[in-house]
Amino acid sequence: MSILVDENTRLITQGITGREGMFHTEQSMNYGTRVVGGVTPGKGGQVVLGKVPVFNTVRDAVVKTKANATMIFVPPPFAADAILEAADAGIELIICITEGIPVSDMVNVYKYLQGTESRLVGPNCPGVISPGKAKIGIMPAHIHKKGNVGIISRSGTLTYEAVGQLTALGIGQSTCVGIGGDPIIGTRFIDVLKLFQKDRGTKAICMIGEIGGTAEDEAAYYIKKNVTKPVVGFIAGQTAPPGRRMGHAGAIISGGQGTAEEKMKIMKRCGIKVVKSPADLGKTIQKAL
Amino acid sequence: MKIHEYQAKEILRKYNVAVPNGILVSKKSEAAQAAKKIGTDVVVVKAQIHAGGRGKGGGVKLAKSPQEAEKHTGNIIGMTLVTPQTGPEGRLVKKVLIEEGMSIAKELYMGILVDRETSRVLIMASEAGGMEIEEVAADTPEKIIKETVDPVIGVQPYLARKIAFALNIKGAALKAIIPFIINLYDAFVKEDCSMLEINPLVITSDDRVLALDAKVDIDDNALHRHKETQGFRDLDEEDPLEVDASKFNLNYIKLDGNIGCMVNGAGLAMGTMDIIKLSGGEPANFLDVGGGADEEMIENGFRIILSDPSVKGIFINIFGGILRCDILARGVVAATKKLKIKIPVVVRMEGTNMEEGHQILKDSGLNFAIGNGMKDGAQKVVKAIK
Repeated sequence: MSILVDENTRLITQGITGREGMFHTEQSMNYGTRVVGGVTPGKGGQVVLGKVPVFNTVRDAVVKTKANATMIFVPPPFAADAILEAADAGIELIICITEGIPVSDMVNVYKYLQGTESRLVGPNCPGVISPGKAKIGIMPAHIHKKGNVGIISRSGTLTYEAVGQLTALGIGQSTCVGIGGDPIIGTRFIDVLKLFQKDRGTKAICMIGEIGGTAEDEAAYYIKKNVTKPVVGFIAGQTAPPGRRMGHAGAIISGGQGTAEEKMKIMKRCGIKVVKSPADLGKTIQKAL
Repeated sequence: MKIHEYQAKEILRKYNVAVPNGILVSKKSEAAQAAKKIGTDVVVVKAQIHAGGRGKGGGVKLAKSPQEAEKHTGNIIGMTLVTPQTGPEGRLVKKVLIEEGMSIAKELYMGILVDRETSRVLIMASEAGGMEIEEVAADTPEKIIKETVDPVIGVQPYLARKIAFALNIKGAALKAIIPFIINLYDAFVKEDCSMLEINPLVITSDDRVLALDAKVDIDDNALHRHKETQGFRDLDEEDPLEVDASKFNLNYIKLDGNIGCMVNGAGLAMGTMDIIKLSGGEPANFLDVGGGADEEMIENGFRIILSDPSVKGIFINIFGGILRCDILARGVVAATKKLKIKIPVVVRMEGTNMEEGHQILKDSGLNFAIGNGMKDGAQKVVKAIK
């Protein structure tokens, strides 16, 4: 089993005719994801990648293809609009890859989504993959292996690192969810933990956080109360200086809050197996299984 | 993006948020005239640098006459101002803001930011004005008032009143602070601020409400829609290496150690710094080359890392996804030859086209050490510089 993404996913790509959108749509198709269409305003009627119809609006795409998921590659100034359009058209799962969306746009998007049935993953995330079933996003598919470890992460390449270590040890993954490195994101650690706890195909959970905010602390308290499966955690940025944004818009220690040390302390107290070195993620998960 | 106090106050004026009368001065000779024009018995001369804590370092002075204002201006412009936030190297002051003095009855704190927990704009206020809000939060958190704002309705008068009453404001000042708060929120949202801090917010003895100081950060991601604000960037206030890196879309942050790092992805870049430290070394920088790095970017990355004279070794840690290892390896070889790199370079590559990447490094005839995993790579580079 898996969460969020599987054989029943019917995917469209918003921004499909752009370079990135086209490339990663093709990669996702090659992996076996059912891609049913794409959206680029003004390019409706075209067919790309041999068989994928392009629509002017998400509404058109949903009516014609019964799409239930979207992957957004729209440039940052227009990405919030793309998320809103997808939610308005009733898309269940909206995965926004775009990095660099103004935070005030996301405040409005977040508020709007609360009144809808849509779930947003990201923005500024690598996407979601359920190995062997489907992938939506930009992660290198070949490093993954079907299995029973669920991964949740704020970082892209650090997730690949964890996946790489697991696969090298012969341990597969149920689903890997990149929740994104921005301060305002649609799906948080807790939302994914809830799904992994329920998912019968997930036996252990790997949670990769980073400095900034308190999402990991909230997740840790949630785990203590609600999650019975073993959880292994890591926080990137133990050596990061305060007040500096470390690449991700959300990765900043401000006012002494959001340090790796504090997060790791709380996570440990809540029963999470916290590793100090990212090189130990694979081994520690192996032991926890 | 950080901006200066005088720029922040320009923004506030646009939104009818009251600020003291002030004139920006960049020469000593202009100071007396400016003080006369402001016309109050006392004026304040304030150094314009991005860091806070200016008063503690001698960057804020009271002047009781135009002559005194000129004297202070002469002393402050050209000084290297060291404050608790500048680090020991301090900042060169190029401009001062000369402002009206006033009789202050009450000093408050007001800050606006985006709260990650609620995903909403948060207004914080406190009667402990003039103090570092972090200290207030640590010692007496009950003294901080917090109100989140529903983006659909914004700050309505009732919310502003709620804050004002919690701050124990009475009489004529109460009337003045309601629009002050509403307009401040308006400025925050419409100008895409990521942080706006008025510390202190003052109530004068004649019941005026003013932003005596203003600290504003603008959301970099929203600069594209604020042409005017783009011009507020002051490159002299930024680290020259970081400015250089930003021209090539490289995300570089200078740190204090001696092992240069080149990594793809922000999380892995932080993780790499962490593992260097765990292996007994000190990272010299954070450098994320991103997913779309090409040969030119890698060369510039190397050049920037090496411009830091304390760098004694380099650790390249790449998990190839979109970024292919063969492309990375070609870039590394080319840059090593071109820049005649003599210090040890340890390369750890995994992911897409890893084998080709390693072959390219081997065939180059250059002396790269290969890291077999993150940990091994970090240990090798730490050992190599000892």
